[in-house]
Amino acid sequence: MKKIKFKNLLTYLISLFVLSSCKLAVFDPKGTIADQQKDLIFTSFWLMLIVVIPVIVLTLFFSYRYRETNKNAKYDPNWADNKYLELTWWSIPIVVIGVLAVIAWKTSHTLDPYRPLESKVKPLEIQVVALDWKWLFIYPEYNVASVNYLEIPQNVPINFKITAQAPMNSFWIPRLAGQIYAMEGMQTLLHLEANAPGSFEGLSANFSGRGFNEMKFLIKAGTNEEFKLWINSLKNSPERLTKERYDELAKPSEDDKVQNFSFVEENLFMNIMMKYMPPMSCH
Amino acid sequence: MFGKLSLAALPHEPIQAGGAASVVLAAFTVIAALTYFKKWKWFWTEWMTTTDHKKIGIMYIVAALIMLLRGFGDAMMLRAQMALASGANHGFLSPDHFNQVFTAHGVIMIFFMAMPFMFGLFNLVVPLQIGARDVAFPFLNSLSFWLFVMGAMLANISLVLGEFAATGWLAYPPLSEINYSPGVGVDYYIWAIQIAGVGSLISGINFFVTIIKMRCPGMTLMRMPIFSWTALCSNILVMMVFPVLTVTLAMLFLDRYLDFHFFTSNLGGSAMMYINLIWVWGHPEVYILILPAFGILSEIASVFAQKKLFGYKSMVWATIIITLLSGLVWAHHFFTMGAGGNVNAVFGIATMIIAIPTGVKVFNWLFTLFRGRLIFKTPLLWLVGFILTFTIGGMTGVMLSVPPADFQYHNSMFLIAHFHNTIIGGVVFGYFAGFIYWFPKIMGFKLEERLGKIAYGHWIVGFLLAFMPLYFLGLDGMTRRISHYDSATGWQPLLVVSLLGAMMIGGGVVFQLLQIAYSFWKRKEFADTNGDPWNGRTLEWSIPSPPPVYNFARIPTVEAIDDFWEQKQNPKHPAHEKIVYTDIHMPKNSGLGFLIAAAGFFMCFGFVWHITWLIVSSLVVMLAFIFYRSFDQDTEYYISAKEVEKTEIQMRKGEH
Repeated sequence: MKKIKFKNLLTYLISLFVLSSCKLAVFDPKGTIADQQKDLIFTSFWLMLIVVIPVIVLTLFFSYRYRETNKNAKYDPNWADNKYLELTWWSIPIVVIGVLAVIAWKTSHTLDPYRPLESKVKPLEIQVVALDWKWLFIYPEYNVASVNYLEIPQNVPINFKITAQAPMNSFWIPRLAGQIYAMEGMQTLLHLEANAPGSFEGLSANFSGRGFNEMKFLIKAGTNEEFKLWINSLKNSPERLTKERYDELAKPSEDDKVQNFSFVEENLFMNIMMKYMPPMSCH
Repeated sequence: MFGKLSLAALPHEPIQAGGAASVVLAAFTVIAALTYFKKWKWFWTEWMTTTDHKKIGIMYIVAALIMLLRGFGDAMMLRAQMALASGANHGFLSPDHFNQVFTAHGVIMIFFMAMPFMFGLFNLVVPLQIGARDVAFPFLNSLSFWLFVMGAMLANISLVLGEFAATGWLAYPPLSEINYSPGVGVDYYIWAIQIAGVGSLISGINFFVTIIKMRCPGMTLMRMPIFSWTALCSNILVMMVFPVLTVTLAMLFLDRYLDFHFFTSNLGGSAMMYINLIWVWGHPEVYILILPAFGILSEIASVFAQKKLFGYKSMVWATIIITLLSGLVWAHHFFTMGAGGNVNAVFGIATMIIAIPTGVKVFNWLFTLFRGRLIFKTPLLWLVGFILTFTIGGMTGVMLSVPPADFQYHNSMFLIAHFHNTIIGGVVFGYFAGFIYWFPKIMGFKLEERLGKIAYGHWIVGFLLAFMPLYFLGLDGMTRRISHYDSATGWQPLLVVSLLGAMMIGGGVVFQLLQIAYSFWKRKEFADTNGDPWNGRTLEWSIPSPPPVYNFARIPTVEAIDDFWEQKQNPKHPAHEKIVYTDIHMPKNSGLGFLIAAAGFFMCFGFVWHITWLIVSSLVVMLAFIFYRSFDQDTEYYISAKEVEKTEIQMRKGEH
């Protein structure tokens, strides 16, 4: 009776893992960058299995075979070195790691978040500001902004410029691309492109204090028309992101609702970064 | 008068009050027990003032186990909160409290559990393995221990007075700067680690000198047991990187107290400098912890396979290579900083390269088992559990080292699963194996096997249940350090599995405590009568268990690797010659180690609460003690040859 129960539990657990892994965000990419990152994860995983599987099999096999009670197994208490064997297991990991190192070197450059994506389409720039505890998105081309929600056109390269007026956060949209830090007084870049429509979770991956839980946003990728419609809806918003309104927005708050702004103060993004620059000395 | 300290510092929330009450109760119980059994004098003369490395080692490990319970309590709270706080349910911890709990969990487990456990094992084993009578600087050894205790006390007092840091275990600025964290939490963090960190540095120097200068005749470096080798490399790393930690935290202190701008966002400060510096310490730190675990397992593999360790030289070189490389990989903790392809690729590849010597070690252990006669006692079980789990941790470690892939794992539950996979599956399993293996040497009786095996089963299954789900959660975009999530994420079932795993580990801990208690109760039955209960190979097994205060009546002369094994095979070995007893020169006890550390405690407490008179007066007292000790000539004594002979005959009565 007890055994059956245990079996049921085991089946449940295994199905839980299998089912959940089918739709894991990182394994369900909707953007070109996340796509390549997923492939990279699997490549490194398969490469590592070349070493890991033999180790696990040998551990179990040797433990069983050379147990004390098995008097049939050979016992050789002074056998303690063999150049060929040692050469083998110095060289196998060297080859595996060598292959992976080449891959790592190449992809570190091709998938560098600072590298603009190659595309015939003109990229869209979005400025991101991590605030305590919400995300502000500014569209300089359209002079509009939104909080905790943004839309992008699919198949268009997006150039994120990221800064913060808050403790360090990390800007991450698992289905579109890996993350990059958002830091005060600094600008980081992230380039990505959605290649499928849908709404995707975005979040901060770096702990930033009390309201960190709610440091989340939704990003919607759609057609160009849908995107234009959304920009127009922002244009019609009564709220304007003036300097005063920004200062109010920047105050710590938790669980912020989506907000839209039809106007953004000139150079706001640059000014947020420059807040932290040392005062210029006079000559 | 009391700076920022007032009654408002006492806890108000019921859960926090519970934590505070448990600390007060524990302290009260210890004090009451010592008073009731009239043991204060015994405690002072035998323990608080001792300079005997074996006793200091025991105290380190007892403290580490107590801190393990504290850190595990934190872990259970975190896991329970995560299993509950889905959708409308916000769990039982407020975000403020949750943030303190995960910070404390990390700090306690690394600084006040793993580090003292490691130094405890060094203290117990290294002098015995290299044929020495004590460490190079016995008084500093006592000072190191008490500095660590004071740090641990400071971290725990924050439960009762004030709060602990809510910043994560490495207190990244600008979050840890005064404008984002105005409370005393980060100050407790800084001072608890500073005082314990100084202790670690002193210990590092102490063991380095001990291993370099105090090996017995004939024990060349290439004949030294692997555990002592790993201890040597680990202590070299301690000496290299703990000063960096001390300076980094001192700079953070200057920022917070005196309005400096090392790491602030404005006026030219750079938070990234802190993050670089803290990982210049932090990454080697994990190798400081894991190398001795590798050493322990090398000893156990060979003893319990009843066979020479395969590839001794390879093992030594692999250890040295890991030591060197560990200092060159720190930036892999922040590939997401935006340093560019070249920097990321260099640090990523350097990280992967560490997998090569580590892989070699694993194969050498495996081929030590090959054609051995495996005695499946608990230490060997832990070794097998270690290889299986640590290999998975190593695999995910290499996966993490590929920079563009890391952008998808960084700070997610995948990372949490990875480092628990290496720290529990590696460090903790290794130390447990060492604990069981050397327990009879120090206590004079073995630990009961059956309870140990039950505990082992709980740990392994519990560990897999608790941490394997986290890999999947991380890949689904779950970050670390969140105290609540939407029910639509579908994470709850896996988090419940993880909680069940943690509870199973809890069961393992209970069985370990039972194992110790039961073995103590039946200690006559489990007694180690001849000092060599496992048919050991190294010098520590050549002397009685527990060893006499002077360890070796005659300093041994070594002719080979595994010299004690050779002794047992070879009747002509010099160890079998008749002993000519001589007077033995030993260090005297001293209470000053404790007193200096205690003054340091009050100074740090003064800093936390900005109590100027306390800072100044404790500093003066501390300096006075140090001054006094520097001119104290009467710190050593002799045990006469006659007395040594008497003790030896008495102790070796049980032997054949």
